[in-house]
Parts: sequence; C-alpha cells; structure tokens
Amino acid sequence: MRPFTFVRAIDADQAVAGYAREPEWAMYLGGGTNLVDLMRLGVAEPGLLIDVTRLPYDRVEEAPGGGLRIGAAVRNSDLAADPAVRRDYPVLAAALLAGASGQLRNQATVGGNLLQRTRCGYFQDVTKPCNKRRSGSGCPAVEGDHRNLAILGHSEHCVATHPSDMAVALTALGATVHVRGRAGERIVPMPGLHRLPGDEPDRDTVLDPGDLITAVELPPLELAARSRYRKVRERASFAFALVSVAAALDAEDGAVRDCRIALGGVAHVPWRAEAAEEELRGGPATDDAFRAAADAELAAARPLRDNGYKVPLARELIVRTLAELRDGTGADASGGTP
Amino acid sequence: MRVELTVNGEPQVADDVWEGESLLYVLRERLGLPGAKNACEQGECGSCTVYLDGTVVCACLVAAGQAEGAEVVTVEGLADGDALDPVQRAFLDAGAVQCGFCTPGLVVAVHDLLARTPDPAEADVREALAGNLCRCTGYEHILAAVRLAAERGGEGRS
Ligand SMILES: Cc1cc2nc3c(=O)[nH]c(=O)nc-3n(C[C@H](O)[C@H](O)[C@H](O)COP(=O)(O)OP(=O)(O)OC[C@H]3O[C@@H](n4cnc5c(N)ncnc54)[C@H](O)[C@@H]3O)c2cc1C
Ligand code: SF4
Ligand code: FES
Ligand code: FES
Repeated sequence: MRPFTFVRAIDADQAVAGYAREPEWAMYLGGGTNLVDLMRLGVAEPGLLIDVTRLPYDRVEEAPGGGLRIGAAVRNSDLAADPAVRRDYPVLAAALLAGASGQLRNQATVGGNLLQRTRCGYFQDVTKPCNKRRSGSGCPAVEGDHRNLAILGHSEHCVATHPSDMAVALTALGATVHVRGRAGERIVPMPGLHRLPGDEPDRDTVLDPGDLITAVELPPLELAARSRYRKVRERASFAFALVSVAAALDAEDGAVRDCRIALGGVAHVPWRAEAAEEELRGGPATDDAFRAAADAELAAARPLRDNGYKVPLARELIVRTLAELRDGTGADASGGTP
Repeated sequence: MRVELTVNGEPQVADDVWEGESLLYVLRERLGLPGAKNACEQGECGSCTVYLDGTVVCACLVAAGQAEGAEVVTVEGLADGDALDPVQRAFLDAGAVQCGFCTPGLVVAVHDLLARTPDPAEADVREALAGNLCRCTGYEHILAAVRLAAERGGEGRS
C-alpha cells in the first residue's frame, strides 16, 4: 500500500476544500469496506484519505416535500432498520439486508454503497489489464471470465456490472442524490447517477472528482409501500447478485395502474426497466402480461458467450416478483432470497 | 500517527501507527490483543469481528484512523476475570470449537445477536452469522451453542 495522509473532516466545506488541495490524490472514505479492501489490493492508491463519516449526515428524516431524506453517512444497517423505510419503502430495507453481512452493513455508509466499485475479478487484480482500472489497457473479460458480468448496455471496452443491491432499490424508487461540489450543491436523479461504460469505463458515475454525496432523497411514492426485492446468488446468503429485481406494483381489479421495476447484476448501472413498466401500465396484471413486459425489456439484451443464463433468469425473476406483489404472497419485506 | 481509543474499557494509546494499518492490526500487533483473528482481510470470514462503538464490524476493513476516539470491545473483553461469558461457555459445552480459528469472531457476533435478540429464531441466527465462516464444524454445533446460550438466558451476559 502506498503511504498516505489520513484526515477526518468535520463538515462538508472542510472535506470538499481538503479534496481540492490534492485533487490528484485525494479520496473520501466512508465505512471503508470497499475502499480499504481496494487499497490493500493496490487498486486504489490515494495520497490523502478524507474520512467523511463524522459529517453531520447521519440522520434519516422526513423530506421537506414529503418523502425521506437519508444522510450519506447513515450506516446501511441503520437504514434497513428505520421504521419509515420499512413501512413506506420495504424494497429498500430488503435490498440492504440482501447485501453483504451484518458486520459489513454496520460499517458501510449510504454514500460509499452508491459508489462502491465493480467486483469484476480483473478489475481487482492489478497484474491483469483492465480498462476501468487503467484506461486503454484492454478488457480481458470480453473473451475471458464474464459469467457474472453484464448482458445490457455494455461496450467492447467494459462488460462489468454495478454490484450494489441498495442502488437497485433506489433506482426503482426514483431517488435523487444530493451532491456538494466545488461549484456548490446539485441534485442528480437515479437513474442517472451511474453511467454506461461506453469508451470511458474508468468513469462509473457522472460525478466529478471531489464531489461529495451529502444525502439521498426518496420521493413520496404511495405504491412503494407494496414493493419487494428479489436476489439470485450462488450461495444462500452473503454473495453478490447474479440477477436481482426491485419492484413496486399498484394493481387493482386485475389491471396494473402503476409500477416500478429495476434490475441488478445485469449492467454497468442499476438498470431501470422502463420498457417493461411502459408495457405494463394500464394493462392486465396477469403472468402472461408480466412475461411480455419482461421480454420487452430484455429484447435489448446482448449476452456474452457464458452469461446467456441471465436472460431467462431475469425474465423469470421479474414475473415472479410481480406475481408475488399482485397476490401478496412470498416472503415478507425482509426476505431477500427467492 | 497516534491513535487513542478505549479497548475493553481501558484507555489505550498506540504510537507510530502507519496510516495504512487496520484496526485489526492495531489491536493484534500494537496492543497485544490477538483474540480477533486475521484470515481473509477482505471482510469475507468474520474472524476479525469486534465491537466498534457498540456495533460489530470487521476490524480488518476499519482504517486505523477511523478508530480514533472509539470504544472497542474484543473477545478478550467479554469474560469477567476468569469467568467465561455465557456465550463462550456455551461454545465449549456444545462442542462448537474445533480448530478454534473462527471462534473469537463468532463469539463476538453471537454476543451481539443475543444482546439484541435474546431468543432468536433459527433464521435470525443464520442471518446474523452469515458473515462468519467456519471451515471445520459444519455449523450444526455452532447453532447448538447459540441455542444453549439463549436458553441459559441473559443472566451474567454483559
Ligand atoms: C465480503 C463483502 C461482501 C459484500 N457483499 C455485498 C452484496 O451482496 N451486496 C452489496 O450491495 N454490497 C456488498 N458489499 C459491498 C458493500 O456494500 C460496500 O463495500 C459498502 O456499501 C461500501 O460502503 P462504505 O461506506 O464502506 O464505502 P467506502 O469503502 O468507504 O467507499 C466506497 C467509495 O465511495 C466513496 N465515498 C464514500 N463516501 C462518499 C461520499 N459521502 N461522497 C463521495 N464519495 C464517497 C469512496 O471514496 C470510495 O470510492 C460487500 C462487501 C464485502 C467486503
Ligand atoms: S469488464 Fe470492465 S472492469 Fe472488468 S476487466 Fe473489463 S474493463 Fe475491467
Ligand atoms: S479477516 Fe476480517 S473478515 Fe476475514
Ligand atoms: S472451528 Fe475451525 S474454522 Fe471454525
């Protein structure tokens, strides 16, 4: 590990100004569950580490226009246990609980969870080329081990997936991310925070260097009270998603009034399934209609040599999750494993 | 850098800590507390589980600087003098210890679970211990130890 300086910021101005003094080498530190790991692997080499967990962003509170404002330093376990989240946005609590382990969720922050890096094995191995780690060095995953990687929105330069479960739920809910940069505050919508790889896979998000996430806001969304997260992984718990679905459904008299669907484990971004939502709204709430909607979304899928299994897996998971929401069956909000 | 923290109720000062050290390293190598184990250093095995300001974390992924001013409790801090904590006692009585490498982390994780949920359902136990890997026991004896500790109730449990 490269030598670095460690400082603990007490307010956002100090953090942002600290970063601006060392823009080449500075990084913010949340819980460290991703960054400390990457530093040990030699993937991240900050010269200045700015601890932002003591900033006054550790509360979950009602937002001015209704909805919920979640501080960026709120720990993942605290957010999952928050009564308002469990009642009004169960998909978010379930997504959080489906990720990592109790110890890690106690450490991990909301800001760090959003900005965690891909789990692509080549990215984490500094002896291998990787466009995301070293721009222009190539992408060995295209021809190599890509069983767990993207089927949607990838480019020849990078086929990695975004690993966060929480971000999939936030994408379905249409959350906004509040950011403090050198030019002041701005609001970035989800979807829209993360970007597709294109020919710049080294950039995971639309944020600029030095941008500090201060909060995430959930809009008031009635149908979110009936929402659910489903995750398929290789082990029963404690593994990243092969495919996951976050969904909310408002169906009455056999018809879909409104819905929200996002997919995890399939793309470089948490993937909002707009085509599927479009197909469903105003139509019948039948399994056939759910399947047709899933197919509408997955028509754009371009699986790689070894990850074609994700297409039918995503389709079945969408159908099953929507059917459970319609019927009120399946595990309760806390259950993440199908 | 210097790191001042409270460990098992005692104020501690670690000098000449290198920024890149983890809390786990500080505990084991600088403060002479080898209870928390160092196995994967990637957050995957839970053998380094300690309390940090009241919640259990993987000490291998906590940067030393982040422990400044913190209250840490390690497995060494659970026993009351020579009297084992009821969770430790239950692990012995249930035969849940083979090579013992995973045990300190598990004991801390179970201690935390029972403090929050004195009578956990099996699903709660499995979920709470998902971050603790054991290569020897196949978990049945560990689950039995948790049940035993829960049955014996809260008396004496700190
Ligand atoms: C063994 C293991 C298993 C895991 N399994 C899962 C899983 O199944 N599902 C899942 O979703 N996740 C999983 N994770 C990942 C875990 O959720 C993330 O590591 C965690 O959420 C990151 O949060 P953090 O606060 O620790 O971030 P850090 O590691 O501190 O930071 C991550 C990144 O965010 C940046 N950052 C942090 N805070 C801010 C801020 N406020 N503003 C701007 N930038 C910021 C940092 O600079 C860094 O680049 C797993 C991790 C491990 C180690
Ligand atoms: S898929 Fe992306 S992260 Fe993985 S090796 Fe290719 S460029 Fe790197
Ligand atoms: S050594 Fe910390 S989790 Fe394995
Ligand atoms: S007893 Fe050997 S790893 Fe658990």
